Amino acid sequence: MIDTENVTCDTCTAPSEFVFDASDEASRGWPRVDIELNPFKGDFPLLAEHPDIAFLDSGATAQRPACVLEAQKRFYETMNANPLRGLYSLSVEATEAIAHVRAQIAELIGAVDERGRARASEVVFCRNTSEALNIVAKGFAPHVLEPGDEVVISIMEHHSNLIPWQQVCRETGASLVYLYPTPTGQITDEEITAKIGPKTKIVSCGHVSNVLGVENPIAKLAAAAHANGAYMVVDAAQSVPHMALDVDDLGADFLAFSAHKALGPMGVGVLWGRMELLDMTDPVYTGGEMIDSVTEQGATWAPVPEKFEAGTQDAAGIYATGVALDYLVNKVGYETISERERALVHYTMGRMAELPFIDIVGSIYWDRHHGAISFNIRGIHPHDVASIMDMDGVCIRAGHHCAQPLLTWLQVENLACCRASIAFYNDKYDIDRFIDSLNHVWSVFHG
Amino acid sequence: MGNLYGSASFMEHNTHPDYKYEMDAPTHTHDGINPSCGDELTLSLRIEDGVIAEAAFTGHGCAISQASADIMAELITDETVAEAKRLSGLFLGMIRGEELSEEDFEDLDEAAQLKDISHMPARVKCAELAWRTLDGML
Repeated sequence: MIDTENVTCDTCTAPSEFVFDASDEASRGWPRVDIELNPFKGDFPLLAEHPDIAFLDSGATAQRPACVLEAQKRFYETMNANPLRGLYSLSVEATEAIAHVRAQIAELIGAVDERGRARASEVVFCRNTSEALNIVAKGFAPHVLEPGDEVVISIMEHHSNLIPWQQVCRETGASLVYLYPTPTGQITDEEITAKIGPKTKIVSCGHVSNVLGVENPIAKLAAAAHANGAYMVVDAAQSVPHMALDVDDLGADFLAFSAHKALGPMGVGVLWGRMELLDMTDPVYTGGEMIDSVTEQGATWAPVPEKFEAGTQDAAGIYATGVALDYLVNKVGYETISERERALVHYTMGRMAELPFIDIVGSIYWDRHHGAISFNIRGIHPHDVASIMDMDGVCIRAGHHCAQPLLTWLQVENLACCRASIAFYNDKYDIDRFIDSLNHVWSVFHG
Repeated sequence: MGNLYGSASFMEHNTHPDYKYEMDAPTHTHDGINPSCGDELTLSLRIEDGVIAEAAFTGHGCAISQASADIMAELITDETVAEAKRLSGLFLGMIRGEELSEEDFEDLDEAAQLKDISHMPARVKCAELAWRTLDGML
């Protein structure tokens, strides 16, 4: 049965004696979506051409719809030239294509002025979330951190939002302070009050945990940070693929995400920051295109965002990222994504609850999971689980999920667990195969 | 891979390892670890007159690392140190995809089952753990 010891949590809306009942759909507001129908799979060539694969690892990287692959090709076929440099129309076209995506992303995350116009120059392109957070930790943080100051992160952080802070704390003499959630992953108001105080200069937190799937109370963290004169950094890598977000509502000062988890190409990341903060941030990489003028002994930087974008960017990738986000937000839509993923997670966790050998890592409440469901099969190493499931064509992730401090804190056996992560392009067929495969794993070890 | 998890003899080494216990008076012990998997293993040997009189291991890890360790301990018991070294060399070569002769496979006995791991790079470290630990020890 589900590990009921971990069920109690102080912020759950359900009473503590709540009994998980897969059939009790109404009590937790089950969205009524027919998950047997799948109008989206056909848009994804890899999924359409490999019906033998049940892809449940979108938390690691999403699949790409055909329109994104075509966009990448279209860029090279019709507008290939180095953006920013050329004075001929091809290069201008490439430059405009990138500027368009910058504005599109600013609008998507709510970085707009009073008149609703995109604050496009606050959007910096880089390679991925890790790089974006490194720019903040290495280029911005040293300006605000003094010995004895505190950087507050949560124990749930992905290594990408953890190691850069360890390093900058070591370099500046600041301390790294952790927010610990309840065993089911809720960061309580008390914990926020206890950890964020006058010494806090930066709070950096994942919007959605890549292991527990839980949405963190970013707006509350930001309010506490701002009340103490600190800055709020948000790792949105696991939220942008699943939910609409607005940097003002969140109270973010910086926000980072990767294109590849949101249907875009690998190798394109986004850092957004408030202009006055980006202005004071030093470039981490220097060289081509990021300068204003260069002399033998010195150089001045180009304005934001170019000063952070040294060297030739992945222009085709950025262009395709624009197409990916357009597909995600306008063709599918966050409302559809949310409804569908909620229904899929509900069904998945309901079926998992019927299996007596599954332990859920984190909350057993399905509506706490935004895409990710981590679990273990009792007594079977996660790597064995993933290898056997692979034979059944079911792709899940197993390991420490780039969150070793979290798994250490949770005291998960072997410091590893399995994770099924769900996207809107999954369907009931994928989940049924996943459940069948879980039973198969158990039978391999237990006859 | 399919063969491995489907092999009753292989899985038996995981569920009922004969050589997984704390040795009373080992002459040599050595720790092996796979940080990325969390596999931990302590290998103990009692070597008398250049012969491995007793081999045992403790620790935890996936089925492949555990079964591989048990198979290895069985294989090297009563072998000379030189022969154990040769066998671990053969095994590590096999795992890395080197061609082995018929005789080599026969010498590796049950351990030869792990050959197919070479097609599954993510699991190579699991299969190698005990053997690398032995190799580092001798």
